[in-house]
Amino acid sequence: MQSTESSFENLRKDFPILTRTVRDNKPLVYLDNASTTQKPNQVIDAITDYYQNHNANIHRAVYALAEESTEAYENARDKIANFVNIKNRQELIFVRGTTEAINLVAYAWGRPHINEGDIIVTTEYEHHSNIVPWQLLTQEKHAKLEYIGMDDNGELILDDLDKYLATGKVKLVTFSLMSNVLGTITDAKKIIEKCKAAGVPTLVDGAQAVPHMKVDLDTLGCDFFAFSGHKMLAPTGVGILWVRKSVLQTMSPFHGGGDMIREVHKYETTWNDLPYKFEAGTPNIADVIGFGAAIDYLTKIGMDNVRQHEIELTKYAMEKFSKIPGLQVYGTKDISKRGGVISFNFADVHPHDVADIIDKEGISLRSGHHCAQVLMERLNVAATSRASFYIYNTKDDIDALIDSLNKVAKVFKL
Amino acid sequence: MSSGADIYHEMIVDYSRNPVNFGEIEDHDVTFHDANPLCGDSIDIDMKIDDQKVSDIKFHGKGCAICMACTSVLTEIAKGKSLDEIKNIDKSDVLSELGLEHLQAVRIKCALLSLKVLKGALYTYLGSHLENTDAIDKLKAEAENLY
Repeated sequence: MQSTESSFENLRKDFPILTRTVRDNKPLVYLDNASTTQKPNQVIDAITDYYQNHNANIHRAVYALAEESTEAYENARDKIANFVNIKNRQELIFVRGTTEAINLVAYAWGRPHINEGDIIVTTEYEHHSNIVPWQLLTQEKHAKLEYIGMDDNGELILDDLDKYLATGKVKLVTFSLMSNVLGTITDAKKIIEKCKAAGVPTLVDGAQAVPHMKVDLDTLGCDFFAFSGHKMLAPTGVGILWVRKSVLQTMSPFHGGGDMIREVHKYETTWNDLPYKFEAGTPNIADVIGFGAAIDYLTKIGMDNVRQHEIELTKYAMEKFSKIPGLQVYGTKDISKRGGVISFNFADVHPHDVADIIDKEGISLRSGHHCAQVLMERLNVAATSRASFYIYNTKDDIDALIDSLNKVAKVFKL
Repeated sequence: MSSGADIYHEMIVDYSRNPVNFGEIEDHDVTFHDANPLCGDSIDIDMKIDDQKVSDIKFHGKGCAICMACTSVLTEIAKGKSLDEIKNIDKSDVLSELGLEHLQAVRIKCALLSLKVLKGALYTYLGSHLENTDAIDKLKAEAENLY
């Protein structure tokens, strides 16, 4: 597919929700993609087709339907592995989403590996899902949680990491590949290099990065990687945890139950092969298949084209924003270092009021702390407004946002 | 159902810009804090109580225009009132003052946070001055379930 504006404009017909109107018959302008994305017909149809034609539990029965559903489920695993270049499909575990993936690591890897006095390092711009599981673990183990700080440009201060690594007590470094608030793209290569040199494993939260740019887990070099389907056209309730096999083999199970066992006796059980040891119970079969359809859709567009499209939109929006008096954008102005996420504040107007007023113009914009209160404290704000783009957004959407911000200025007499 | 930007009328915008009774009372008899986890509104109310009456009340914190305006109005209502009268302040007293009776469900928390804080302050004060703590606990629970 050509990376031209018109071909992206053409994608919009695949997303039925984009044709609806909201409030007083205003066309929907959806700019909350960092939270969740809309779904194309191809994904919706795949789920419908599964329930209408193939529904049966997987990995259990020998009849035709069960064979079809198992094949479709495992096909999706291969598609996703291929998409982020995972060489060994045994390392790819289906979970509910990034939050569950990180909690799985904190529980099944963290509990046996973290001891009193150990240090886990995270960053100031993490989502709560990459902070709270580590708070729970370090409190339980009397270990310590430390933060890599952020500079005024919205970039991590890697000297902080050096300082913690020098203590020799760091057992895990965990960070997001792209900030969900500032859009900052983390210099993962450098962090992983430093950690590898110190013999420290790394966890990367890819929830914001994988939907928007090419990610190659074979070369990235981390040990744990998590992302969610629903932020990349797939249904809610399905996500991925990838763990390097040598690490995965040292982990105890997360949930006990069906499908994760080899043999169960009254007082002992042996575990199933990887990755099934970590997939207890009937999984979210239909949505995993939907995730596979989303991967097909994105593969057809090409992730380099997705990234290029979002760079265009971000550049356009940043230029327009810079012309609005009183509008402050957070994070770096260097487009090459940020994804299609723009957080801002508009004069003294509370983001909640901004979102409410522009909602009446049909614009879905997020306001609040974006599950990143540690970052809000660092920025010294209670909340921000956030616009985040995806493949179906256009410059017209940004123009509509700018127009609606003029309404905010009018109401608040800015 | 309020629709359009009409909830942002002159009075709301004015109150949010120039809140009334904004500040702290250093020698307060009671202070109370609460926040809305979803939107980040965060309000503290300080009160001075003399002869079972609110002789002074101030608030501080951060919030959206709806939250700041409603808190301003609520402190104006509460000032000089007896503790019994404070107990009986209803959500409609605040909402009607600002024409917000039909506020959308998602914004009602912004409007009523301060009432929750005021009731919290009242029952904290009564709890430290009265014997019957069971009754106070019941009132506190009621205040917590305001919205």
